Amino acid sequence: MQSHPADPLVRFTGVQKTYDGEHLVVRDLNLSIGRGEFVTLLGPSGSGKTTCLMMLAGFEVPTQGDIYLGTQRLNTLPPYQRNIGMVFQNYALFPHMTVEENLLYPLKTRKMPKDQAKAKVERILDMIQLTKYAKRRPQQLSGGQQQRVALARALVFEPQLVLMDEPLGALDKQLREHMQMEIRHLHEQLGLTVVFVTHDQDEALTMSNRVAVFNDGVIQQIDSPQNLYEYPANAFVAQFIGENNTLPAKVISRDQTIYRLEFGQNQVSGAYNADTLATQEAVLFSIRPERVRIGKMAQTLPNQFSTVVQELVYLGDHVRLRCEFAGNTNFNIKVPVSELTTPIQPQDHIMMGWHDQDARALKQLPQ
Amino acid sequence: MATQTMAPPPTTQTSLKTQLRRAERRRKLNAFLLVAPLALFLLVIFVFPIGSMLWRSVDNSELSQALPQTAQLLSAWDGQQPPSEAFYASLAQELKSALANGNIGSLGRRLTYEDPTLRTLVTQTIRKLPDTPETTWQQTFSTLNPRWAELSTWQALKKAAPTTTDRYLLASLDLERNAQGEITAVAPEKQVYIDVFLRTLAIAGAVTLICLIMGFPLAYLLATLPTGTSNLLMIFVLLPFWTSLLVRTAAWIVLLQSGGMVNTSLMGLGFISQPLELVFNRVGVLIAMVHILLPFMVLPLYSVMKGISPHYQRAAISLGAHPFKAFWQVYAPQTLAGVGAGTILVFIMALGYYITPALLGGPSDQMVSYYVAYYTNTTNNWGMAAALGSLLLIITLVLYMLYQRLVNQQTPNRR
Repeated sequence: MQSHPADPLVRFTGVQKTYDGEHLVVRDLNLSIGRGEFVTLLGPSGSGKTTCLMMLAGFEVPTQGDIYLGTQRLNTLPPYQRNIGMVFQNYALFPHMTVEENLLYPLKTRKMPKDQAKAKVERILDMIQLTKYAKRRPQQLSGGQQQRVALARALVFEPQLVLMDEPLGALDKQLREHMQMEIRHLHEQLGLTVVFVTHDQDEALTMSNRVAVFNDGVIQQIDSPQNLYEYPANAFVAQFIGENNTLPAKVISRDQTIYRLEFGQNQVSGAYNADTLATQEAVLFSIRPERVRIGKMAQTLPNQFSTVVQELVYLGDHVRLRCEFAGNTNFNIKVPVSELTTPIQPQDHIMMGWHDQDARALKQLPQ
Repeated sequence: MATQTMAPPPTTQTSLKTQLRRAERRRKLNAFLLVAPLALFLLVIFVFPIGSMLWRSVDNSELSQALPQTAQLLSAWDGQQPPSEAFYASLAQELKSALANGNIGSLGRRLTYEDPTLRTLVTQTIRKLPDTPETTWQQTFSTLNPRWAELSTWQALKKAAPTTTDRYLLASLDLERNAQGEITAVAPEKQVYIDVFLRTLAIAGAVTLICLIMGFPLAYLLATLPTGTSNLLMIFVLLPFWTSLLVRTAAWIVLLQSGGMVNTSLMGLGFISQPLELVFNRVGVLIAMVHILLPFMVLPLYSVMKGISPHYQRAAISLGAHPFKAFWQVYAPQTLAGVGAGTILVFIMALGYYITPALLGGPSDQMVSYYVAYYTNTTNNWGMAAALGSLLLIITLVLYMLYQRLVNQQTPNRR
């Protein structure tokens, strides 16, 4: 895993943060972010991801540990000297200034000569294609345009690091997806180092080189989007990224990375885990809805079970079956419409199956 | 089916328009009925009294009401020729009817403003005036009092004859008309009102400035504190409203007088050896007025500041601005609407203050309202009271218009 890039720009070492002196919002955080990397901090609200970002920006101070930007220790450096660009949740464009004045602001605070600053602003306005809106005020622009100005303002002074705090939260779905691609392209073109905070897993998977999944103040897993989805480190990550069917299970035996798990009433299935699990250990059996095959497709698979369809939802490209299986009444199966050869009704008994490698044996979360 | 509903025949269309108009008419009527009570209320207690006050500042109908015929003759008269018998005859007749109608009182009061002795002359003349003249009325009048033969007596009457006058407004600006009818400044020892107006503006301005200096940080604190704490503090801000103005003003006398709590405490602590003069002078007026008017500054500021997201300052800091700069360049300009509203509110309220300066100030701290009250209550000179009030109103309106222009310049193309 690439949790320690060769040329780290940002390093958190043993960082802790508490607001009330009782509960740790962030505990023992160790994180390195490489130059030119796009790292997303993903997690539910209250998981500590925004606090991490704020500590990096300088609006919060770690109660323990150090943060480095390059070779510089950031802990005592005030935020206005950090030279970090930041895009805020509600853009925070100054309403009493025009778009142009907003973009000039960071250059003015850096005492850049006027003509040089003007040229820079013109260039970036051209890049975000808002040149003709230069004299407008932010509230006269649409949400997407404001978003682009906010982005431009965080980039115009060429900071070594750009932070984004759920910048796309206020946009509608279509525009959000468009902006995701736009930010991704900007990142590639300009070679930016970006730390992005979101609670939207699709956004995280779309844009990032690496995603750090936060829960309870701890990074549960930090990995590429693909590894995160395919090889979740624990039950939380498996649940949080994408959809998952889980069953409490027990380890019976092991064959290299494939474990045999028992769940329900003496039902046994193979499941993958690269780590060592003890025999008889209580684990979670987990499989993604799209990895479950039904009917004829299941017949050749090593793990086959019978189940009862409870509910059937047509979703255009796929059909979603909610089944009852091994005590879990919420066992979901996604069947591509093209594979659905015989019509299925609720209360039908169907056969389902999966490969050993598609199932996961996950460690239980510590309670 | 679908195409039919989409394009109705023309006859339906016109009836649709009529329907729309009818529906709109009903809504307009509803709207009118909803505001009608308030409009009526405003008309009766606001527009009408202010209108009548403005009118009183130029009203000069006392003489023309008591002596209509004589007033006409006086208006036509050039003021140089000796008045003819017709003047005396008309005056004799109309003085009697004025006495019967009870108009003599207001006529006498009005004539005093031209010449204080005229009132006595008129009242004495009426008492002795016979029903018929001995020879001519002119002769009779002159026998009763030789002043009736003097040109200056009639010139004074002529001045009071027109139905409107600018004498009150001019007097409010320390001006008067001389014998030739030209506008001149009154004698220096009689000049008071310009001073009073300047003093009123100065006191109101000082109170506004102090309120702004004290209210801005307070409003900022209230707007940035957590809701629970800020609500508690807000109750303290509003606390002054719970007691009457008079009680608060009286309380300040008790606190600030030379043997009062403030002075004894300061002396007890050894900060001063002599009691400070804190009351019955400008200091007392300012302290009490700031105390009373501070909430009117804090509330608009607070409501504007509450709407400013703390993200703006953070954004400015992240863009490299020192927190102090971020405050002045990004936060403060956004509070301008609140500063403007609070300032204009406090200033306009302070302009009309009467009780507080009257109780806590010395003779040189009295504001325009004091003289308005003086002319209405003590001397019954409604013309002067109305003229002073009108000028105050005009000053207020001009300032308000300036403020509006300023605000519009600040936000030129806001949607």
